[in-house]
Amino acid sequence: MLRTIALDSSLGHRARGFETTHRGDEWECLVSITFRYRCILDIDGCSELVLYSTLHGPETIHPQCGGTNIASPSETSTPSGEAPEPRLALRGAVKAFGPVVALAEGTIEILPGEIHALVGENGAGKSTLVKILAGLYHLDAGEFRVDGRPVVFRNVADSKAVGISVIYQEPTLFPDITVGENIFIGRQPKGRLGLISRAAMRSAARRLFDQLGVRIDPDRVAEGLSIADQQIIEIAKAISLDAKILIMDEPTAALSGVEVERLFQVARNLRANGAGILFISHRFDEVFDLCDRITVMRDGRYIATHVTTDVTVDAIVREMVGRDVGALFPKEVAPVGDTVLTVRGLGRAGVFSDISFEVKAGEVVGLAGLVGAGRTEVARAVFGIDPYDRGSVEFLGTRLKPHNPKASTDAGMGFVPEDRRKQGLVMDLSVARNTALTLRDRLARFGIIDVRAERTAAAEWSARLHVKTTSQEYAVSTLSGGNQQKVVLAKWLATDPKFLIVDEPTRGIDVGTKSEVHRLISDLAGRGIAILMISSELPEVLGMADRVLVMHEGRITAELSRAEATPESIMHAATASLERTQ
Amino acid sequence: MTIAPTVPPGQSERTDGARSGRLGALLRLRELPVTLALIALVVITTIANPLFLSPQGMKDLLLNATIVMILAVGQALVIITRNVDLSVGSILGLVAFGTGTLFANVPGIPIVVVFVVGMLLGAFLGAINGILVTVAKVPALVITLGTLYIYRGINNSWAGGTQYFAGDRPEAFGSLSVDTVFGFPLITLIAVVVIAIVAIYLNGVRAGRDLYAIGSDPDAALLFGIPVSRRVLLAFLFNGVLAGLAGVLYASRFNSVGATTGTGLELSVVAAAVVGGVAISGGSGSVVGAAIGALLLTTITSALTAVRVDKFWQQAIVGMLILSAVIIDRIASVRTARKLRISEARDV
Repeated sequence: MLRTIALDSSLGHRARGFETTHRGDEWECLVSITFRYRCILDIDGCSELVLYSTLHGPETIHPQCGGTNIASPSETSTPSGEAPEPRLALRGAVKAFGPVVALAEGTIEILPGEIHALVGENGAGKSTLVKILAGLYHLDAGEFRVDGRPVVFRNVADSKAVGISVIYQEPTLFPDITVGENIFIGRQPKGRLGLISRAAMRSAARRLFDQLGVRIDPDRVAEGLSIADQQIIEIAKAISLDAKILIMDEPTAALSGVEVERLFQVARNLRANGAGILFISHRFDEVFDLCDRITVMRDGRYIATHVTTDVTVDAIVREMVGRDVGALFPKEVAPVGDTVLTVRGLGRAGVFSDISFEVKAGEVVGLAGLVGAGRTEVARAVFGIDPYDRGSVEFLGTRLKPHNPKASTDAGMGFVPEDRRKQGLVMDLSVARNTALTLRDRLARFGIIDVRAERTAAAEWSARLHVKTTSQEYAVSTLSGGNQQKVVLAKWLATDPKFLIVDEPTRGIDVGTKSEVHRLISDLAGRGIAILMISSELPEVLGMADRVLVMHEGRITAELSRAEATPESIMHAATASLERTQ
Repeated sequence: MTIAPTVPPGQSERTDGARSGRLGALLRLRELPVTLALIALVVITTIANPLFLSPQGMKDLLLNATIVMILAVGQALVIITRNVDLSVGSILGLVAFGTGTLFANVPGIPIVVVFVVGMLLGAFLGAINGILVTVAKVPALVITLGTLYIYRGINNSWAGGTQYFAGDRPEAFGSLSVDTVFGFPLITLIAVVVIAIVAIYLNGVRAGRDLYAIGSDPDAALLFGIPVSRRVLLAFLFNGVLAGLAGVLYASRFNSVGATTGTGLELSVVAAAVVGGVAISGGSGSVVGAAIGALLLTTITSALTAVRVDKFWQQAIVGMLILSAVIIDRIASVRTARKLRISEARDV
């Protein structure tokens, strides 16, 4: 039953239009997730009003509330017709890091009592936008208002001060600190002498967990909690903050169905209290289930905002991808030879399962999917960096030893990792040293590396790959991103591999060098090398791959031939939204 | 929408309370191993040499421990934030020599003023460390290694060959480390008060709790909006104040102060904190543990002397203690992690 209890604003809460329940004369009104009023009503109004707070327990407000403060319940009055002031409005936001523009036009508007979805491909600028709202990044340009007032955030504390709360995809708990204190850090309840009261903190945490229907011991340290439990603690934290604006950056990635439903209930409760919620997710079923409006971003730009009921998944996907995927990255057709790599039923508990595919000589197989789908994890397991629980990897007809990268390298595999600065190169060593790193055994005589041979080999490969450097002796860190990537490629090509895994080969590389890297990969395939290319950039996958495998949440959801692969078909498989559209 | 039933406060407490009883909480205390080691050491040594626990023996023991205890408490503050301050020996030296200079050149200066000046000088030197660490974003190990030599160099050029002796200082100042209350030396009581204040700050004040959060995960602390730089700076500054206090007390306790006073103390201090259960990787431990660690290390030296063990072995034993402290800590955390995983698996 929807009733209005008008409470004086001096109580700190406006309780208009929220759902109330009653038993006899006793009325209960959920004012916010942390505050609940219970009052006993008679003809004259409220005779007793009790404020229940998740943080502080019950607190009787009566007798001061008698008289004029509390009006008797009346029938629901609809809110006035004018458009409500947005809780949060960001318009034309720009954020650049040096020459790289991460956000060219960030626009988002969140109304009070609305759950607003933000969708876009990897690299569309969603994370940058979230970090601006969270106060982690400073705006270069643009208009930013909260509740109609212009704001400038210098740091996270400023963002919190206006009532913005963020739940990140990766929980950010303090491992050495208890669960209870993790929820309340920086605002722990105080007891006698103004000191932190552990008992109050514990019972407040318990009340929050009861409300969420979970059992987590508030006294244990956060270390060792499952990701799902950590995420629940983040949610509890957000609830206890009584946020006006809650931002959830892919919060469901680690949650199971029940937990997701719980999270949604929390979001709906907050919405009922007039909070504005920004929900970022790649799962369209969730977006369409939960959200009132959807904003689409692409390439750092705002594209459109739709009311959820007026739009289809297909339309959203088109807008997310919506660019001309033409002949930007042509792979030359190469004769496809024998099968080089066969992966059968590969699985690792909680990471990926049931992964089977083949790669043939001269073929570029694209591995597409969203961040966190498990693509890199599969590649690392195939190469032997990480172990796997079941399945097998067969390479050139023999079964590879699991968890043994040395054996893979010796057999003729190469791996160009995603993070070349951390995993692909030794940044402080010279170009020559880096290039010859994989050749150490071959260049060594009696265990000592022949420096001259090292230099010759390095020079040869650098020349072949057009690495632009004034001297082979300069540290790799002095090169541009594109040239660094070429050094990594050179390093592996020098081992004369039969199979090469390239993980995000052009991430962070300028457009000019990008096409050079693509030409290189195409050349390699032409020479009969089998290539598995992980890429989050759809144009790259579409332009380069002979065949596309699409992963979603640890499984391969589609295998598409070059003809079948379109931005739409890949996005559908990557978000597992096929059921919805068919 | 339904309204969740309001849980009467206290009801759920009882169900969980049984699981984590008082005994369990005691066993989980990080200070437990070091305390047990201290008790065992005192008992064994007293059996071997009954004079060890005589009133005079106790007093000597506490006097020797007091200064390292105060330094270890300050060091714990810094280590908890995942930093370290190696310059404390040099700060102590500068303040101790400054104390000697003050008494010698300003006759009749009130003792309280000397304490305040000493602590202010310590605060200044500590703040320099803190500013360098937070602004330059260079690991504290390197920064404070640098200031260790700089402060010592200043002390050297200031003092030259000059030394001040106990005779240059008022008698009341020297008697701080002679007089006892109920058998406890006055300076030890000063140390206990200081430890209590810092312990309360770290346990019961929000800013103090922030130090643990910062040490536990500095990146998360930034994401969470904790003023990381300000807090770390403050930890270094407090540590400087305590090193300053230790410097003044040093001048009271020991006969001479000069250019080399306090040289090499920093390593004993870090060792005391680590043995006392302050994790070198930050985020956990307590100042009480650090203080007990300091007491344990001093007691070992005295005990080994009391049972006539070679000086060389004393150092080796201290080394073994440090290693066992780290290993015990590691084993404990691995076991807890496994236990937590198992209990979680059962819940599912």
